[in-house]
Amino acid sequence: MAGDGTLALAALLLHATAFLVLAVAAPLRRLGRPAAYVSILAAAGSLGAAVLSWRAHAGEAISREVWTWLPAEGQTLATVGVLADADSTMMLVLVALVALLVQVYSLGYLTEETAPALGRYYTYQSLFAFSMMGLVLAPNFLQLFICWELVGLCSYLLIGFWYQRPAAARAALKAFWITKAGDVGLLIGIVLLWRHTGTFDLAELRVLADNGAIPLAGLAVMTFCIYLGAVGKSAQFPLHIWLPDAMEGPTPVSALIHAATMVTAGVYLLHRTSWLFALTPDVLAIVAWVGAFTALLAAVLACVQNDIKRVLAYSTVSQLSYMMAAIGAGFSAAGFFHLLTHGVFKALLFLGAGAVIHAVHSNDLTDMGGLARRLPQTAIVFTIGSLSLAGVPLFAGFLSKEEILGATLAGGFVGPFVLLIVVAFLTAFYMFRVVFLAFYGPGAPAAAPAATGAGGGRAAAQGAHGAHPAHGAGTPHHGGEPDATMLGPLWVLAVLSVAIGVYFTFVHPDPGFTSPAWLMPVAVGSAVAGIGLAWATYQRRAIDAASLAAAFGPIYRGALQRFWIDALFERAYLLAILGFSRLIGWIDRYLVDGVLNVLSAWTVTAGDDMRTMQSGRAQDYVYGVAVGLLVILLWVQFG
Amino acid sequence: MGLQAYLTLAAVVFCIGLFGVMTRRNTIGILLGIELMLNSVNINLVAFARYLGDVTGMVFAVFTICITVAEAAVGLAIVILLFRIRRTVTADQLDLLRG
Repeated sequence: MAGDGTLALAALLLHATAFLVLAVAAPLRRLGRPAAYVSILAAAGSLGAAVLSWRAHAGEAISREVWTWLPAEGQTLATVGVLADADSTMMLVLVALVALLVQVYSLGYLTEETAPALGRYYTYQSLFAFSMMGLVLAPNFLQLFICWELVGLCSYLLIGFWYQRPAAARAALKAFWITKAGDVGLLIGIVLLWRHTGTFDLAELRVLADNGAIPLAGLAVMTFCIYLGAVGKSAQFPLHIWLPDAMEGPTPVSALIHAATMVTAGVYLLHRTSWLFALTPDVLAIVAWVGAFTALLAAVLACVQNDIKRVLAYSTVSQLSYMMAAIGAGFSAAGFFHLLTHGVFKALLFLGAGAVIHAVHSNDLTDMGGLARRLPQTAIVFTIGSLSLAGVPLFAGFLSKEEILGATLAGGFVGPFVLLIVVAFLTAFYMFRVVFLAFYGPGAPAAAPAATGAGGGRAAAQGAHGAHPAHGAGTPHHGGEPDATMLGPLWVLAVLSVAIGVYFTFVHPDPGFTSPAWLMPVAVGSAVAGIGLAWATYQRRAIDAASLAAAFGPIYRGALQRFWIDALFERAYLLAILGFSRLIGWIDRYLVDGVLNVLSAWTVTAGDDMRTMQSGRAQDYVYGVAVGLLVILLWVQFG
Repeated sequence: MGLQAYLTLAAVVFCIGLFGVMTRRNTIGILLGIELMLNSVNINLVAFARYLGDVTGMVFAVFTICITVAEAAVGLAIVILLFRIRRTVTADQLDLLRG
């Protein structure tokens, strides 16, 4: 057994080693590409170890390798180590796979970076992969929380990779602070739970939960706090606003962190502790409803975005909420299943979008069009990813999505189920809007970068500087198909998407509930309807996009403003922070300083009043001494 | 005569000295008052030494006399310097430390 845990540990430590080497050996890091090779080599080894570990834990096998940490008062407060079982090793494989592919892809994508910047990028990448694996394999809440914060840090560092750009720096801060708001909840939840049960250890907690030994009083508050952490990390309403802005980072980063791995940590956490959440059905109901609502909100927002990465970002929010809804319905395995398939095809979509951006030098859909002729391979893999996301049979997202729909229905959540069906329709629509606009529609206007200014409002402006900063404003240099380092990972993911889809079409895993027979036709039908609408609107132009938008007037206008949620946050933030600062300022100026000023004024006037006592004549003092002595004598005698 | 008489004498001398210190305007007069007060203490010491049959008090009296001499020397030197600088030895006019 020990050997199996060691494999998982090796996967973790390879990335840690790569990070330490790159972090300590500054000359190596500044060389750029050699640093990248170190990181990629570690990632490849890590993937191998992860796959072997996954095969070893395919059944019920569980291995734990823990070391004592934080000894306190004769007992151990916490341990560090790995907890490898079927779920965690599967997640490990996903992380290792996407991390490796993204690192290879980045070699081709970030060719215009300077060598030190590239070295810095790969250092962060290694740190991220290590932290994420530490999170996935965490045997207790404490290690999980530490890694949770570490991935948040890496997210901050990588979103702000182009920190010279104000938008990127601001987005990095926004992501950090907003997720931090949820993290505080998570920390409170963990500590409360520890006070409640006396352990951080997941396995021990599980035993307690299975024996009904966890006191239920107050448990709902704790699970809700833990859920808050997931709300921040997995971008649930109302903390979803950081994820679209996080697209300011390099596209491979978006693929790895903000699509496939880190943002799914919240879902993973809830899946990992589903036995705990099962004790508090009220909280689960909140999870389901918030999930379904966020899914719809994000899907609507995705329909109106003109920035290809923002469409994908909102799509990620929407899909994460899908998983959340399934977990809330009580079937976390369905959510986890979708997490895995989504990780593969969303990474594919992001990397595909990266290839498009690399060729067009713009994020804006209005600058694209007819790209299938110039980028035939990218078009194919992107379409595969879109079909997977839409949930078309034989592609990766099909069965997992249907399982989620079945789970919400089986859990008795009819409301969320209806919302999710609408989302399935919208998902297919917005994905194929992108596909038809970018790849199959008529060609873009010739002077693409110049067109962004007039291209349409804010999204276009963001798109313009969201592309390559190196020559974003330069001449319209239109490249062709990307090189092998970028195409390779794309094809690997595309083949995987299809393979997973085909495999699970024939081998149904037991979801633990039965779905009604009409579910599959409805799910597929809504997806096909979405694709059809997108085709009719953006390919055939049979339906005018403007009149379609007009048909949903208020919703369309609201969605363009992101339903005022970002503005609301900004206002609330300004109001809270500025109001609080003003209050504190007033207290400092008038209470703290006031007290001191009054005290000093008193001292001055008291001194002024008392100086007249000092005559300066020696005899007066003698007189005072004599009288004082006399008083003391009399007091001693008669007092 | 008993101890009482000596103590009374000492108290009287002390009070005379104190009165002198507080009322004399001339600094030399003040110094004389201080001498009287110190000597009243000497009377006390010697009286108790004699009464209790313990020589310690007498030894202390000798010490006090020595110190008194030194004090007088320093005090008079200060008065002479004062006179040189201020051209007066009247205590009322020496109020440099007035607040």
